Amino acid sequence: MPAVFDAQRAKDIIDAHLALEGPLLPILHAFVEEFGFVDDAAVPQIADALNITRAEVHGVLTFYHDFRREPAGRHILKICRAEACQARGCESVADHCLADLGVDWHGTTADGAITVEPVYCLGLCANGPSALFDDEPIAELTADKLVGVIEEADAA
Amino acid sequence: MTRIFVPRDVVALALGANKVAAAILENAKARGADVTIVRNGSRGMFFLEPLIEVETPAGRIAYGPVSAQDVSSLFDAGFLNGGAHALRIGRPEEHPYLKRQTRLTFARCGITDPLSLDDYAAHEGWLGLKRAIEIGSAAIVEEITKSGLRGRGGAAFPTGIKWKTVADTKADRKYVVCNADEGDSGTFADRMVLEDDPFMLIEGMTISAIAVGASKGYVYCRSEYPHAVKAFNAALDLARAAGYLGKDILGSGHAFDIELRVGAGAYVCGEETALLESLEGGRGMVRAKPPLPAIHGLFQRPTVINNVLSFAAAPFILAHGAKAYADFGMGRSRGTMPLQLAGNIRYGGLFETAFGLTLGEIVEDIGGGTASGRPVRAVQCGGPLGAYFPPALFETPFDYEAFAAKDGLIGHGGIVVFDDTVDMMAMARFAMEFCAIESCGKCTPCRIGSTRGQEVIDKIFDGVDVDANISLLEDLCQTMKFGSLCALGGFAPYPVMSALRHYPEDFRPRTAAVAAE
Ligand SMILES: Cc1cc2nc3c(=O)[nH]c(=O)nc-3n(C[C@H](O)[C@H](O)[C@H](O)COP(=O)(O)O)c2cc1C
Ligand code: SF4
Ligand code: FES
Ligand code: FES
Repeated sequence: MPAVFDAQRAKDIIDAHLALEGPLLPILHAFVEEFGFVDDAAVPQIADALNITRAEVHGVLTFYHDFRREPAGRHILKICRAEACQARGCESVADHCLADLGVDWHGTTADGAITVEPVYCLGLCANGPSALFDDEPIAELTADKLVGVIEEADAA
Repeated sequence: MTRIFVPRDVVALALGANKVAAAILENAKARGADVTIVRNGSRGMFFLEPLIEVETPAGRIAYGPVSAQDVSSLFDAGFLNGGAHALRIGRPEEHPYLKRQTRLTFARCGITDPLSLDDYAAHEGWLGLKRAIEIGSAAIVEEITKSGLRGRGGAAFPTGIKWKTVADTKADRKYVVCNADEGDSGTFADRMVLEDDPFMLIEGMTISAIAVGASKGYVYCRSEYPHAVKAFNAALDLARAAGYLGKDILGSGHAFDIELRVGAGAYVCGEETALLESLEGGRGMVRAKPPLPAIHGLFQRPTVINNVLSFAAAPFILAHGAKAYADFGMGRSRGTMPLQLAGNIRYGGLFETAFGLTLGEIVEDIGGGTASGRPVRAVQCGGPLGAYFPPALFETPFDYEAFAAKDGLIGHGGIVVFDDTVDMMAMARFAMEFCAIESCGKCTPCRIGSTRGQEVIDKIFDGVDVDANISLLEDLCQTMKFGSLCALGGFAPYPVMSALRHYPEDFRPRTAAVAAE
């Protein structure tokens, strides 16, 4: 559940990683884990702590697909679009899922519940189409199956 | 008490294994049956997952694919004693899919509880490490070299030579880095090692560390594998607590520890120099070589960087000797390759075998053709940068050199099957699109060429100067192939060119206006 950005909490996260070699990626991952995204306000704070420029932090932040810079929905749905899933019809299944949710790729449902992202392989390539709903893996994805997974998550 | 094995591999989880485990416990309770559930790894027969196994006096008896709804009827059928049931597979090792394999690296996979040190030790675990400690650096490198092992990450570089370079380079600090970025669609063998036999990777990296004199190891795992990350971290804690990692490994005086790092969704970070940049905390930009990572690698220190499967082969080679490994295979492709059968295939899964089967045998005999039941039209080998093979090339033996001779690559061993509904122009466009999304941006042919490639294919789609645009596409592929720094831009032309060469009939206009003519 994304928290609100909090400079003290941010400092704690940074400090907890300072002993690592090459701490920048682990720090950015921890921010996404804690707040749901990396707030621009964190950039100078991280730069100061690691003694690198803001431009360097910004460069890394924007290079990687995983480091989201804006809040996302409460759940993240990643649907695989790579070749092995294409061979098993992922494009039409994904279209169906997106239409049901009323979003496009990278979009968030109107109620803020789910953000849908494309992903290129989840290592479930013999049982596609594949998806990941938060950390819940889904094989043989269909639009109906997705409804069931979402209902279960809501009930939990 | 009866032991029931329910796999914890993410494929089994994605098909409901946790619900099956819960249903077994619930049914057992209601019926007063005394059962324990062991969460084993997967046997790699993904077409049968969740594949559960019951320990009986006659050995383990498998049932699959089992859903939670089947559990009650399994109890009714007396499955705790191996009773007959429509889902009964029998002894898993007798199943033709497993029986035909040569499992050296994946010998334990699916049999053991991946997080049980006792299981690991009872199934030849740590024998390779113990021998490595005994024989020392030079002899370890010699064994790996003699085994003929070539890197399983894609480039097929001899592993022994790499280790020797690092061993011979003097430095205050050296690293062993495991490439677990496994970005290729259609591959999952690295993931299975991390989830289903993680101590084997720890053992392999430790052997490498002793060989080259490294004190610190990193595993760089893609973020798309959250279950593998959890499993491997748990294994690291257990190994450390038991003295297999740490300041004095098994009393040998060698110090070595491993840390897992998680990627952030960039395919190019599987390229070794980009991976090192990423580990250091930078953008995943490819570095020009030389200098080689073996001399100036992570933090400028000598670094062994190998694929998961390369390290995972080391315990077997050390425990059984180089010859036992090199006796398998053909030509310069020695040992076994864990094939990964994926996509539209009837019997998808992990199939470890000596090099040398033909592609046709792999796809048709072992894989059983397509899952859809339609004819096979194309097989992409070696991931998103690998060529498409038509059935006309099914005689090609699975061997690094034989594939290269057909302008293809084995890469990491992924084999993705497509039936006759595939649109090869769309697949060619996807190869360019993927390259554009994932390009690190360092060189123009890759960064700009891939976007141009998509546009040119769109023009062919729209019926604009079709012949001229097809030759333009060919030119562009040549430019990318020869003008790119790394294999992302350099190999993206292979799927495109192979699609053009083998399926020219697909490269034609598709717009409604043209179709109506
Ligand atoms: C774009 C690109 C992606 C790559 N991805 C991977 C990967 O995911 N895993 C891997 O082991 N090697 C990958 N490689 C190959 C590595 O650069 C390198 O050759 C390998 O890690 C060396 O280990 P090996 O000798 O054990 O194969 C990739 C190469 C390129 C150009
Ligand atoms: S070929 Fe592409 S990915 Fe490789 S170095 Fe050049 S721009 Fe980067
Ligand atoms: S291609 Fe979709 S999971 Fe691998
Ligand atoms: S991977 Fe070999 S040159 Fe880039």
